[in-house]
Amino acid sequence: MSPIVRKKGERFTIPSKYLLLILSSISILLMVLTYGTSLFDVPVNTVAGTLIVPFEKGVSRAGEWLKGRKEELTSVRSLLEENARLREQVDKLTEENIILMQERYELTDMQALLSLSEVYYSYNKVGARVISKDAGNWYDTFVIDKGTNDGLALDMNVIAGGGLVGRITKIGPNWATVTSIISDGVNVSGQVVSSDLTLIATGDLQLTDRGLIAFSQLSDPDGLVVKGDKVVTSHISDKYLPGLLIGYIDTVTNDANNLTKSGTIKTASDFGYFSTVLVITDMKNTEYE
Amino acid sequence: MIQRILVAISIPFFFILQSCIFTNLKLGNVIPNLMVLLACVYGFFYDEKTGAICGFFCGLLMDIFFGQVLGMNALIITLIGFLNGGFSGLFYAEDIRLPMILITLSDASYGFMYYILAFLMRGRISIGYYSLNVILPEIFYTLLVSLFIYPILLFIDTKFRNYRIRKERERQDV
Repeated sequence: MSPIVRKKGERFTIPSKYLLLILSSISILLMVLTYGTSLFDVPVNTVAGTLIVPFEKGVSRAGEWLKGRKEELTSVRSLLEENARLREQVDKLTEENIILMQERYELTDMQALLSLSEVYYSYNKVGARVISKDAGNWYDTFVIDKGTNDGLALDMNVIAGGGLVGRITKIGPNWATVTSIISDGVNVSGQVVSSDLTLIATGDLQLTDRGLIAFSQLSDPDGLVVKGDKVVTSHISDKYLPGLLIGYIDTVTNDANNLTKSGTIKTASDFGYFSTVLVITDMKNTEYE
Repeated sequence: MIQRILVAISIPFFFILQSCIFTNLKLGNVIPNLMVLLACVYGFFYDEKTGAICGFFCGLLMDIFFGQVLGMNALIITLIGFLNGGFSGLFYAEDIRLPMILITLSDASYGFMYYILAFLMRGRISIGYYSLNVILPEIFYTLLVSLFIYPILLFIDTKFRNYRIRKERERQDV
């Protein structure tokens, strides 16, 4: 006789083994269904958004405050050193800025002459606050406090501190999850500015601590790429807009096949230290329409 | 009933605590795993069913906000909650060693299962690196945090247990 039989006057209960079986099957079914599709995204994300996100918005302020206190305790000395260094840098940059301003006037004139209206891409951006970060230690994702209600959509690019951070991979009405480019297994098609050579930048958990991401498939037979070269997103990327700063080449090594090179890139944005980000509302596929 | 409400409230509460507060208090570049801790403790306090259900919803929340696919964390933490429920017969309020051992084992098995499902499957084979830099620090931090959280959960649970016993006695008296 099956154990799931209701006797008279007894409350209906499922044996725990069956419950485990049911829950595991639901989990596995969900994994299979959501691996390639976004079937449950809208209902699940809406429900989760209304239940959790309003609280997160408030609590994350408390979290930031705690983080501030923690840093105050640990970093007075390093801040003093940094301050001195930054002052020097300010002097240097002011000087540089003056020179650049002069060059810019010249450039504007030249551009007017050549009727080049758009050399640098200027995108529309929306600011958003980071309200919570990945609850595990394996990937690097975070949640921002804006979603479809604010005009955001899947795959929009996110920048902070002048560099590319990642793109939106999940979205609800009032929140969105951003998967950053340092997250393990995330690929970005990049391009070295000085030589226009393309490469594939890949996030790697083993490098994340040091603020690096790996790159591979750089075809550079003439050895043009050296440490410190600027890497931006390439024109051939299908998810990322062209010309966003990824970082600077840190190391370059020859691959065993002697045709391609790989190595590491120092990321431009300081991951883990921003509480606000900018979401670029222009999308790659609509850009040329 | 009260027990169910308690579990239902503490899941989102601990999720927010973990993703908003503890992510800002990283030690050695890791955050503690309160979701595993919660499923483990509730399984141990009550029974296999509570542990499994609590684990399922804890994992599902993690998947909805941060996961690559829905169901991966849910599956792992459901199993952990269920297995910890098996030890609920050994529950004594004054003994803190057994729950600490269970939390350690649970977090370790979460780490290894997650590594196998999410990393080994993609060809990331340096298990030594991940054990030393992610799994082990996470276990230590979770254990450290559970030393503070476990007594609080135990205190609340004892209150409700006493309340329930009192109610039942009153009913019998009438």
